[in-house]
Amino acid sequence: MGIKIERVSKRFSDYPALDGVSLEIAGGEFVALLGPSGSGKTTLLRILAGLEIPESGRVFFGDRDVTDTPAAKRGIGFVFQHYALFGHMTVAQNIAFGLSVMPRRQRPSTSEIKRRVEHLLGLVQLPGLGERYPSQLSGGQRQRVALARALAREPEILLLDEPFGALDAKVRRELRGALRTIHEELGVTSVFVTHDQEEAFALADRVAILNAGRIEQFATAGAIKVHPATDFVREFITE
Amino acid sequence: MRAAALRAPLGTRAVLMLVALTYVGVMLLLPLGAVLFEALRKGIGLWWAAISDPDARSAIRLTLIVAAISVPLNTVFGVAAAWAISKYNFAGKGLLVALIELPFSVSPVVSGLVFVMLFGANGWFGPWLEDQDIQIVFALPGLVLATVFVTFPYVARQLIPLMTVQGRAEEEAALTLGASGWRTFLRVTLPNIRFGLLYGVLLCNARAMGEFGAVSVVSGHIRGETNTMPLHVEVLYNDYNFVAAFSVASLLALLALVTLALKSALEWRYRAELEARR
Repeated sequence: MGIKIERVSKRFSDYPALDGVSLEIAGGEFVALLGPSGSGKTTLLRILAGLEIPESGRVFFGDRDVTDTPAAKRGIGFVFQHYALFGHMTVAQNIAFGLSVMPRRQRPSTSEIKRRVEHLLGLVQLPGLGERYPSQLSGGQRQRVALARALAREPEILLLDEPFGALDAKVRRELRGALRTIHEELGVTSVFVTHDQEEAFALADRVAILNAGRIEQFATAGAIKVHPATDFVREFITE
Repeated sequence: MRAAALRAPLGTRAVLMLVALTYVGVMLLLPLGAVLFEALRKGIGLWWAAISDPDARSAIRLTLIVAAISVPLNTVFGVAAAWAISKYNFAGKGLLVALIELPFSVSPVVSGLVFVMLFGANGWFGPWLEDQDIQIVFALPGLVLATVFVTFPYVARQLIPLMTVQGRAEEEAALTLGASGWRTFLRVTLPNIRFGLLYGVLLCNARAMGEFGAVSVVSGHIRGETNTMPLHVEVLYNDYNFVAAFSVASLLALLALVTLALKSALEWRYRAELEARR
């Protein structure tokens, strides 16, 4: 499912976090939002998720205007930088959460939920860890659980906020590979936020470079490197 | 390294421990022991007679009713206030935090007088209430109001720092997973705060049952009608009925011990989970 962002603006107290941002993402695309801290990339992602409300502008998922749709009804998956796993639930209960809060008529049966959880644990390469608690897992494992949890309701759009930010280099590389594979396998539209350009260029189909609440350039890694659109982009990628 | 740097010489440690234990012994254990000793001095029969006296029974019942109304009220309010303060930004937040703590710094007697001034016969709303035939002061509503006021901060104070540290991430995760606000509260927020909440409720209850000053002002001291346990203790004491006074007092002391035991039992019961969450 494609995403269309039309002239979205958002202010925090007195500085503009987003200043009339427009962006069009194709269905099945893997897009990185790249920029220095304070550039508005996380705010944009949270607006897509419905966790922040824009002051003006519209957001569309496919043909559906979701600008006023609450987060719970957007049908997205969201992965947080610090996992945000539910500490009092086991890994399996965490993954099953999205399914277990569905209205009774739509909710899969207990055995179906169990089967789905097993499948997702396999997908993120953590088979057999369902009975553990998040505190008993490493950082990389926790983020895999968070990813499985976000995918449980089979969202068509997956949003990731600095998903590798809290992990060390080796785990980061492993998880990157896993994420790309899962993206291809499920055919979701993925948008992830990062301040690491190497990561953005290695992983994404297209990269949107943000600065001071505006999009400086939105293109493939190759195009950005060969033809930086602005002075900011040129400086940012040669840093 | 820090532990080594903090290690005091053996002599210093022994003196510190001795001072602490002596202080606790003289200031806390001795009075508690004295209450129980005095209550049972003339035998268990008189103790039982004192607490099964109709006026004592009525005081116990009234104390339980007042606590049963005010503790749930302050629990609901405390959770709502802590939720709003820790998870959202809004104008006047600092003021709300300061106001919640107000009952801690106001003398309970003043708290009681405020309600007499508002709802008493000569108070602001007194004549109107009299016309409607509603009695607040010198009756159960007044006792509840005074108790609610005094025990207002206990639950909220316990939860605000806890919920602030926990942040909003887990609630946001639940929302993106399709959970409604209410479900998020029940399945994510509440389990995360349950120990703090329980502790706050226990403290709130202990204080609600033990409150003297504010309740004393609004009660009117009608024996068998508007006397709560602490007030009944005072009445008996003023009548030189020491055994009976200490017998009822021993029940209040027992409440403190039960509160403490419950808290320890909970911590023990859930120690594995508490450990895992650190």
